[in-house]
Amino acid sequence: MTTTDRQAYTLVVVTAGTGDPSSTRMLADRIAQRVAGLASRRGHEVATQVIDLRALATEITTAMVSRLVGPNLRQAVDALAEADGIVAATPVYKAGASGLFTSFFQVLDDDLLIAKPVVLAATAGSARHSLVVDEQMRSLFAYLRTAVVPTSVFAAPEDWGDPALNTRVDRAALELLLLVESGFARQVRDESWNGYRHEFGSAGGTEVSIDLDSDLMRLAAGGSAARE
Amino acid sequence: MQFGVFSVSDITRDPVSGETPSEAERIDAVVRIAQKTEEVGLDVFAIGEHHNPPFFSSSPTTLLSFIAATTKRLIVTTATTLITTNDPVRIAEEYAVLQHLAKGRVDLMLGRGNTAPVYPWFGQDIRQGLPLALENYNLLHRLWREDVVDWEGRFRTPLQGFTSIPRPLDDVPPFVWHGSIRTPEIAEQAAYYGDGFFANHIFWPKEHFMRLIGFYRQRFAHYGHGTEKQAIVGLGGQAYIARRSQDAIREFRPYFDEAPVYGHGPALEDFMRMTPLSVGSPQEVIDKTLTFREHFGDYQRQLFLIDHAGLPLKTVLNQLDLLGEEVVPTLRKELAARRDPEVPDAPTHASLVKAKYGDRPPRRPRPLANRGDNVTGSAPYQDSDPAVRVVYPSA
Repeated sequence: MTTTDRQAYTLVVVTAGTGDPSSTRMLADRIAQRVAGLASRRGHEVATQVIDLRALATEITTAMVSRLVGPNLRQAVDALAEADGIVAATPVYKAGASGLFTSFFQVLDDDLLIAKPVVLAATAGSARHSLVVDEQMRSLFAYLRTAVVPTSVFAAPEDWGDPALNTRVDRAALELLLLVESGFARQVRDESWNGYRHEFGSAGGTEVSIDLDSDLMRLAAGGSAARE
Repeated sequence: MQFGVFSVSDITRDPVSGETPSEAERIDAVVRIAQKTEEVGLDVFAIGEHHNPPFFSSSPTTLLSFIAATTKRLIVTTATTLITTNDPVRIAEEYAVLQHLAKGRVDLMLGRGNTAPVYPWFGQDIRQGLPLALENYNLLHRLWREDVVDWEGRFRTPLQGFTSIPRPLDDVPPFVWHGSIRTPEIAEQAAYYGDGFFANHIFWPKEHFMRLIGFYRQRFAHYGHGTEKQAIVGLGGQAYIARRSQDAIREFRPYFDEAPVYGHGPALEDFMRMTPLSVGSPQEVIDKTLTFREHFGDYQRQLFLIDHAGLPLKTVLNQLDLLGEEVVPTLRKELAARRDPEVPDAPTHASLVKAKYGDRPPRRPRPLANRGDNVTGSAPYQDSDPAVRVVYPSA
């Protein structure tokens, strides 16, 4: 396989782990390190930034109840807007992704993450939660129109000593890197950004273009409403 | 420059006394607040429109006509009138009557409303909120400017040969502001008609409001209503004032912490830093309000929210004293000194009459006698143009 020209990529890790150290953070870091390592072998540089949702917890709930985006949440949004790839990891609580994790993604603009490559990861106290990633988290990221890699990474306590976890981490990391290298997200955004629904000020505040050539704009300027 | 207050008509428990006013008490209190707004030398009182508890303002024209009857100088207006769930024909009629009774001291601000269940209560669908607002206003604009309207649209039953009565006072419609926080189509419609644009610029980063207001100004000029500087902009704001800054913070905090919408959310200090909320001494409120002009350019109307979140009437009246005695006189002076001479004041009934007629007497139409076809006649008034013919529907 040939590599493309030497590139610098930005990888953003979002983790909803709350312990210190947190096994969720450890899992996310393993994936991120593996992505960086693989990239380096293929001649690229990866700068990794971690968004620890624990530190944003009050700003996330504030945004949920009052739409006010605090300064730290704003920084997280800006980081995701710039990200070439994302690792999103959460602990499983009560048979679902952490509420902190889902709340964070629910307060983001619908179009912030369009086409961005994402690895989904979760930790849990029992292997009985292993389908949470594929049955619950994937649908959230499908709504956000992200490109989730085929391999999800789930770790129950017994997995931490099992080399098979490394294999899954490797697979997910390679899948993410290939999507990043392909320029998929950039190309989708360049060529069909207008095919997705946007609001003024969405996409983390970057979507501020105003299209005057629309039925609604013609209606605003005294025209008649298009019939659906 | 006009200064005023706007109320959403919320009936909220006072978190300090634990008392929730009755609807009767709150309605009386709001009337008193409006009257006091005039007494302390402010210019405008605006009331919202709601159709569910814990609000009372379901019938703004009734409230505003009472306020207008008990004041002399105050402009009464809305914040906002629902252009989506109200029939534009009823808006045309009701606000025209209000305008006559108030001798022109009326304008209105239009908004879509964001309470989803209200739409089906009035037979509408929130998913069509934006095209509904745009189409309804296109019709309202015509109803106030054409004696006889033939109209067909997507959302409302067609009109043939319809005359909205009474015609606006002096045949000059109330000035309209379009309220919006993130919808370029609303800014475009305001610009197209040369109407005002009101941004209740809370929550969002100010850069977005700067862009949206910039877009409105640019389109206002594009449609030939004047230069960008001459566009008519209004801004919201929230204030709580005490002579000493620390007293303001201490007194307002319990109300802030329990307030609808943002209560139990951000800290007061963060909210003050990130939004137009000013809590402090008169000078601090003045300083913060002066920054609005730096961000958005010279503007024509500043409305403050001062009566929500359960603040008792006595406190609100005291706030009005402070606004009227210490804050607004300084703001008037400072803003006048900084104002570009090219920038006009917000239109009033008197200025619109003057612009339309100069020194001629204004039109005050007199109906023709009933001649059997007044319901769908093409010449309803003695001075109607006989050349205007009604277009009846054809098969």
